[in-house]
Amino acid sequence: MLMTKPDAAQAIQENLTIAGRSYRSRLLVGSGKYRDLEETRAATEASGAEIITVAIRRVNIGQDPGAPNLLDVVPPSRYTILPNTAGCYTAADAVHTLKLARELLDGRQLVKLEVLGDQRTLFPNMPETLRAAETLVKDGFEVMVYCSDDPIQAKLLEDMGCVAIMPLASLIGSGMGILNPWNLSLILEQAQVPVLVDAGIGTASDAAIAMELGCDGVLMNTAIAGARDPIRMAHAMRLAVEAGRAAYLAGRMPKRFAASPSSPMAGRVPAL
Amino acid sequence: MMEIELNGTPHMILISQTVYGLIATLDLLGMRLAVAVNREVVPPQLWPQRILKELDRVEIVRAIGGG
Repeated sequence: MLMTKPDAAQAIQENLTIAGRSYRSRLLVGSGKYRDLEETRAATEASGAEIITVAIRRVNIGQDPGAPNLLDVVPPSRYTILPNTAGCYTAADAVHTLKLARELLDGRQLVKLEVLGDQRTLFPNMPETLRAAETLVKDGFEVMVYCSDDPIQAKLLEDMGCVAIMPLASLIGSGMGILNPWNLSLILEQAQVPVLVDAGIGTASDAAIAMELGCDGVLMNTAIAGARDPIRMAHAMRLAVEAGRAAYLAGRMPKRFAASPSSPMAGRVPAL
Repeated sequence: MMEIELNGTPHMILISQTVYGLIATLDLLGMRLAVAVNREVVPPQLWPQRILKELDRVEIVRAIGGG
């Protein structure tokens, strides 16, 4: 049980702060690709995530207003709902989508910006991303931004006033893991705002590696929703993010080429 | 009657229908929605007074699952 967490664990517990608000969980999850809303609810809960991304889409005309709604199972009263601009290919579309999102979410300003470049890679279109970020920051939005793992672009976005930098680890939905830890490290060493890996996580070890690198958090969707048992994987991700963060704070041992015995040589028992 | 564009498709409404009237006609009242007319967000408190014009482009959106 969480309530019986030992004091030592509590002492090293440190929160993730984004735009002045503090979160216990460093795992952020998407709400897409689940079988149904009940699975969305259960997986979200098992992940321990406090920030949940949602997409903004046109209503189906003729829709039953009483039909269950995403925000009934991940209520804004309990979770920080992070509207995204998934599917936007221009700055103008992304800005418009987030203005609608802000209205939908009672004026809350925290948003995830992503402006995509093409459908095969879903790589960010960085010129459009920068343009949108500038407009949104000026309009008072708190922008968490999906970006390429390029330290120069990351710095431009940070200087512009984005509240979190979210480079991809590999392509969205690919599950290929952390393909360029060196670039992520370059971004991490310079950033003064939280850096979260967004996209590419495939399994728990990927999330742990991102956290061991020093990332402030991880955002994922398909790695959980696309697992054979999403609820169990959500739990695994929660543990991986916690373990990776703890290992980062603990500081790993240096790697050595040769062996180093763990037991002392002195006092061994000879056969004769 | 007059034609507007509703979520990308042509839609017939009564002349001088308000945004509120449109939402009510569509049986969408009570849902958590956001509305834009001609790419400009119309907050709920303005729905009753915002009168739609012919060929206005109306978007009605909601939150759905997404990553």
